[in-house]
Amino acid sequence: MAEKNMVEAIHDAMFEEMKRDDRIIVMGEDVGEGGVFRATDGFVAEFGEERCMDTPLAESCIVGAAIGASLNGIIPIAEIQFADFSHPAFDQLVSEAARLHYRSNGTWSCPIVVRTPYGSGIHGGPYHSQSIEAFYAHVPGLKVICVASPYDAKGLLKSAIRDPNPVVFLEHKKAYRAFRQEIPDGDYTIPIGQAETKREGSDISLITYGMMTHHSLKAAETLEQEDGTSVEVIDLRTVSPWDKERVLGSVKKTGKALIVYEDNITGGFGAEVAATIAQDAFDYLDGPVTRVASPDVPISPYSGILEEYILPNPEKIAEAIRKLAAY
Amino acid sequence: MAITKEAIKTFGLTEEQLLEMHYKMLLARAVSVRQRVLQRMGKGPMTFSGEGHEAVQVGTAFALRPGRDWVFAYYRDVAVALTVGMTPVEILRGFFARRDDISSGGRNMPSRFSHPDLRIVSGSAPIATQIPHAVGAALAAKLRKLDEISVAYFGDGATSTGDWHESMNFAGVHKLPMVFVCEFNGYAISVPWRKQAAIENVAVRAAGYGFPGVTLNGNDVLEVYGAMTEAVKRARSGEGPTLIEAKTYRLQPHSSDDDDRRYRTREEVEQWAQKDPIVVFAMSLHELGVLDDKSEQELNDRVNREVDEATDKVEQESTPEPESALRHVFVEGGASNG
Repeated sequence: MAEKNMVEAIHDAMFEEMKRDDRIIVMGEDVGEGGVFRATDGFVAEFGEERCMDTPLAESCIVGAAIGASLNGIIPIAEIQFADFSHPAFDQLVSEAARLHYRSNGTWSCPIVVRTPYGSGIHGGPYHSQSIEAFYAHVPGLKVICVASPYDAKGLLKSAIRDPNPVVFLEHKKAYRAFRQEIPDGDYTIPIGQAETKREGSDISLITYGMMTHHSLKAAETLEQEDGTSVEVIDLRTVSPWDKERVLGSVKKTGKALIVYEDNITGGFGAEVAATIAQDAFDYLDGPVTRVASPDVPISPYSGILEEYILPNPEKIAEAIRKLAAY
Repeated sequence: MAITKEAIKTFGLTEEQLLEMHYKMLLARAVSVRQRVLQRMGKGPMTFSGEGHEAVQVGTAFALRPGRDWVFAYYRDVAVALTVGMTPVEILRGFFARRDDISSGGRNMPSRFSHPDLRIVSGSAPIATQIPHAVGAALAAKLRKLDEISVAYFGDGATSTGDWHESMNFAGVHKLPMVFVCEFNGYAISVPWRKQAAIENVAVRAAGYGFPGVTLNGNDVLEVYGAMTEAVKRARSGEGPTLIEAKTYRLQPHSSDDDDRRYRTREEVEQWAQKDPIVVFAMSLHELGVLDDKSEQELNDRVNREVDEATDKVEQESTPEPESALRHVFVEGGASNG
């Protein structure tokens, strides 16, 4: 066991996979010198410039070339420097990567991983802060993972690399160096599509993912201590496919559901979770399915004061738990 | 380049190969015409014609090694598909959306040719999105040190897109083993070239990406073949990509839903019909003594018979099971790269 932060865990996942399988390459902007977050630090020295390839600054071609390489025996990990800059590649992800297998009646497939840092809370302003998971979770044919802890990041990235389908792998950038966690030595994977109950509870089910998992856990502790309310916190970890079974099982136990996400409230991924709970667990509900999310303004302003005002935080989550608990 | 015995000798083509080229052009034409007729009869919702483009398509595809070189075609490329090895039956299964359609099992629009064994890669409808894939396949060939090249086919409309420019640049930087083939017909549906670009020949743009571009008569199958042979040689020997701009003309509307009378004069279409690449090549073959009236008639009869038989066969074939629409969203059966 060794303590790692999330960037180190991601670095190690790729490094170990590339040692294991020489079909795997990394391609993207600045990856050759280690990447702006240092996720590929030392890769060129170990694997050479061909397997850790700096590309021209052109996101659509990064993803498109990754798709093409994947057809010809390469397993590419394409890095998009910030999720906010993935939009030029939207067509390649949605029209091409997601649909290639389906439209060819299962004869072509596209084993690529598109890694990108997402999320706010680092004074990134409107273009280094976006949450993009809902765009891609809406698209059949893509798997979408959101990680915000070292252990989950490493296990899920390995699974993403080994998956024969295109995977959008979203790394919450505030979590990159925020904390360290014990990581087992050697190889391990976490199945895609499996949520984890990060905290057991009996009064309210709190469903969340990404950085909001950490804020939610803080809020849950506060409520336990101050109000005696027992909150179960579920980290989805994967938003497509997502672990409906675990979520519905928890809600059927507690009768109350609070969904917390960082993205804008309207059409955010939590809306899908809320709709599913309302439809499939209606008979068990003892209060309104409730969401805490960012208001519908472009996430997020540069100013710390403005950013803090917009984003969900432990206090806002705690307040929502209290309201829901009172039902 | 005039078709002379000497020129043909330069290309190293036998009489049989010349006749094979002519046959593929005729076959492609007949398959396109047949689909238009069937669409008018209400047998299918939509067609995309390759009529007029046959010389570019056969001339380029003839220089490839089927099943080894990678083909990223677009929806006009019926003659590319047939030259590389697809059959009229396989093409018509796409039109009729039959269960056994190799391209898509009836999922994709017709003329999105796909055939894994022939390395014809499934395409979509957004313009130029296949070009970065051609780049990626060529990149993989280079990384894996494989003796394979990749060809991206597209029309002049594609040359305005970001994907086209990004791909040209990427391929130039990495000197990739690939060929860019522009089937320049002067229109992006209704938008004429003068409204698409401020240059006459798109081939000049290749210089900006660090590799050669050539403009040629896309209605002369041997001129195309000669240029493609050079481009393929460059690609195979590690000298990098080439852009081939083959000037041609689409003799039919963009699709069965398009009325080109709104944007092209009949005189213009007629002028180009006079330069029909199949007629031009047939005349040359007559002059060379490779084809005579009798053998030409036999060839035409053979093509018509093949397309008739293919139509009859495919029309009787099974349609997909409705519930199969839910399959193949993801790879089935837990295949893994692990």
